[in-house]
Amino acid sequence: MEATIEVNGLRKRFGQTRALDGMTFTVLPGQVTGFVGPNGAGKSTTMRVVLGLDAADEGHALVGGRPYASLRSPLSHVGALLDAAALQPGRTARNHLLWLAHSQGLGAGRVDEVIEQVGLTPAARRRAGGYSLGMRQRLGIAAALLGDPPVLMLDEPFNGLDPEGIVWIRGFLRSLAAEGRAVLVSSHLMSELQDTAGHLVVVGRGRVVADTSVADLIATASRDRVTLRTQARPEAMSVLAAAGGTVTVTDRDTLVVSGLASEHIVRLLASRAVPFSEVAAHRASLEEAYLDLTRDAVEFKGAAR
Amino acid sequence: MTAVTPYRSGLRAGRDGFAQLLRAEWTKLRTVRGWMAGLTLTTLLIVLLGVLFATGSRSSCMNGPIEVPCPAPPTGPGGEAVEDRFYFVHQQLDDDGSITVRVNNLTGQLRKPDVTPGVRNVVPGVTPWAKAGVMIKQSVRQGAAYAAVMVTGSHGVRMQHDFTEDVAGRPGGAPRWLRLTRTGETIVGEESADGSRWTRVGTARMATGRVRVGLFAASPGDLTVTSNVIGGAATASRFAEVTADMDQVSVRGVAPGGSWTRDDIGVTLEADGTPHHPGGLVRSGDTFRITGVGDIAPALEGMPAERVLTGVLAGLVVVIVVAVSFVTAEYRRGLIRTTLLAAPRRGRALVAKAVVISVAVFVFGLVAAAVTVPVGRALLAGNGNVLAPLAPLTGLRVIAGTAALLAVVAVFALALGSLFRRSAVAVIAAIVAIVVPYLLATASLLPDEVARWLLRLTPAAGFAIQQSTVTYEQMTARFAPAEGFFPLPPWAGFAVLCAYAALALALAAHRLRRRDV
Repeated sequence: MEATIEVNGLRKRFGQTRALDGMTFTVLPGQVTGFVGPNGAGKSTTMRVVLGLDAADEGHALVGGRPYASLRSPLSHVGALLDAAALQPGRTARNHLLWLAHSQGLGAGRVDEVIEQVGLTPAARRRAGGYSLGMRQRLGIAAALLGDPPVLMLDEPFNGLDPEGIVWIRGFLRSLAAEGRAVLVSSHLMSELQDTAGHLVVVGRGRVVADTSVADLIATASRDRVTLRTQARPEAMSVLAAAGGTVTVTDRDTLVVSGLASEHIVRLLASRAVPFSEVAAHRASLEEAYLDLTRDAVEFKGAAR
Repeated sequence: MTAVTPYRSGLRAGRDGFAQLLRAEWTKLRTVRGWMAGLTLTTLLIVLLGVLFATGSRSSCMNGPIEVPCPAPPTGPGGEAVEDRFYFVHQQLDDDGSITVRVNNLTGQLRKPDVTPGVRNVVPGVTPWAKAGVMIKQSVRQGAAYAAVMVTGSHGVRMQHDFTEDVAGRPGGAPRWLRLTRTGETIVGEESADGSRWTRVGTARMATGRVRVGLFAASPGDLTVTSNVIGGAATASRFAEVTADMDQVSVRGVAPGGSWTRDDIGVTLEADGTPHHPGGLVRSGDTFRITGVGDIAPALEGMPAERVLTGVLAGLVVVIVVAVSFVTAEYRRGLIRTTLLAAPRRGRALVAKAVVISVAVFVFGLVAAAVTVPVGRALLAGNGNVLAPLAPLTGLRVIAGTAALLAVVAVFALALGSLFRRSAVAVIAAIVAIVVPYLLATASLLPDEVARWLLRLTPAAGFAIQQSTVTYEQMTARFAPAEGFFPLPPWAGFAVLCAYAALALALAAHRLRRRDV
């Protein structure tokens, strides 16, 4: 089976709300694909459609080239974590994994393996109702790994994790992808995916806004922008504007210039004797790039913005 | 992008079949303490309430001023409890033979409620199943095999044998000629309006050998059912006797000049030894005027086996709660998504759940009923109660049927839980569908016919599987749900419940397949 997820032209309405509006993307093996977008952008709905839980009005979604509902032993094809809180509180973590394992014809041995893998061994025989959110996320990941699938889909796995947990899960996801698995991880916070995702599918209002590698996204967002630090802000602004640059004030002594290369800026300022302390090509953070992309797609903007 | 080798799992693929789903659902059920506690509680409720009922029930009978243990009712050739009380005028018959008689009329008297206190209010009348005619009976022992052809109060001519068997002849009453002919093991009953043209009514089989042949009369009590103000009914059975005038008596196969013996079979004696409501014979020439009291029919005497299963209703409510929450808990927690990820074929997932809950409930119910029925009956018998005889197969049906009733109700409740996705709504719906109609029908609140329809049309019909008493047309009794009699036969009633459960499950599966979760 191919380790891919294909989402093609999904449309879905919930009453008047258009949840999915032509969602199309492909998740390839060997890397973590971040699935980012503001709340309500359609990330969870897309995942539920891929997993056959929700039906799309139009379009189709395939896992390894086949609809999820047609998979035999589905957990050995796709592992999913949708909602870490979806547990029977009275049941122990190990028993939760045990019934799942039994449903796939797997035994208790495999259960103990995945418990070990996510580091829950000491707490495995405790009731899941007493688990912290972080432990539930680990349990959810253990459930996703149960069938040792080539495709993983995790919805907001960083939620509720402490910093140590976030570091752990990042490393864990990278190592799963490095084994050749396709890993799709959704998040509404781009910062969580920094240093984890190699590829990004950015969504807003039910459709894909950008489908790109992380490196390309940052380069695009950074293009042609230079940060200038100077004590003589008014002079610098007039000189650069006269030369055709677009100048934005970001601080008392900092300007962001676009439309002019950094060498040109240095020459212009030197020739007019405008003092400056620093000229640097601007490197956008992933967060900025993301905000640029999703500015139009955010459903509910704060009034002040 | 560099080429990536897609991941290949080293894990040996497990099997993906219905058996795996069953195992998974069983693991789910047994790993939630509340559910197992609920099922255990069901068993305990049934056993403990049954034992409580049995230890609390005492009975004794009075013989005049003396308290005595109640005598067990006689049993017929089939082992069933029978009423066998009548006046018999008979001779010995060693081999083949026959008896013919003309019944000229049936008259009788009924005792009605006293108008003036202390003054007996007796009116003329014949009860519907008052009977008189000819009989061949193996012996005068109560419960001994017999065959008889008779004229009845209002059920025409009948041929009856061995209590449970009853064949209708032509309608109408006396005068009527009746004849029984014994050839080997076969006894043929015939009737005639004029004594020359005979019509066969029926046949019976009886072992060869020495038997008694003669004339008889019996009249069951006058049964009245009065509706009371709140909608129920009160049943009363008052003394009735019948007198039959018979002549043209001819007996073949008996010793020539043989004399008639009289027996008031089954008569109860007062403390001073005199018979209570005796029958009698007044003979003038060829005319026999026989007066009889009592009945020859299956009896309702003794406590039926299902009475000790009083805890089933309470257990049923617990089963409903467990079965509903077995599915609604998944909706409440969102766990249903995990279930459907593991088993994307949703109908199969739901059926696996239904199979697991019903088998588990069946086992717990079977343990409960298999303990309660024998223990309860032993305790009841120890307390002097008379028990209705229980045939082994009937006992098995009552016990396994109780377990099956609980199991099918569990499926019904599970299906409602899946349809409504909310515990409270589903539990209330299941109780309204099953427990409420059962209580309304059996609590003597409704007119009998309304109660019968409730137990035909609602899932509560399934309780019929518990009825151990078999009813016959020739019995004089009020066959109302309030008295423990269901309008449908046991398996038919159970089939009604099964149909409801199947329908609910099909709807639930349809809805589960169609909807987002």
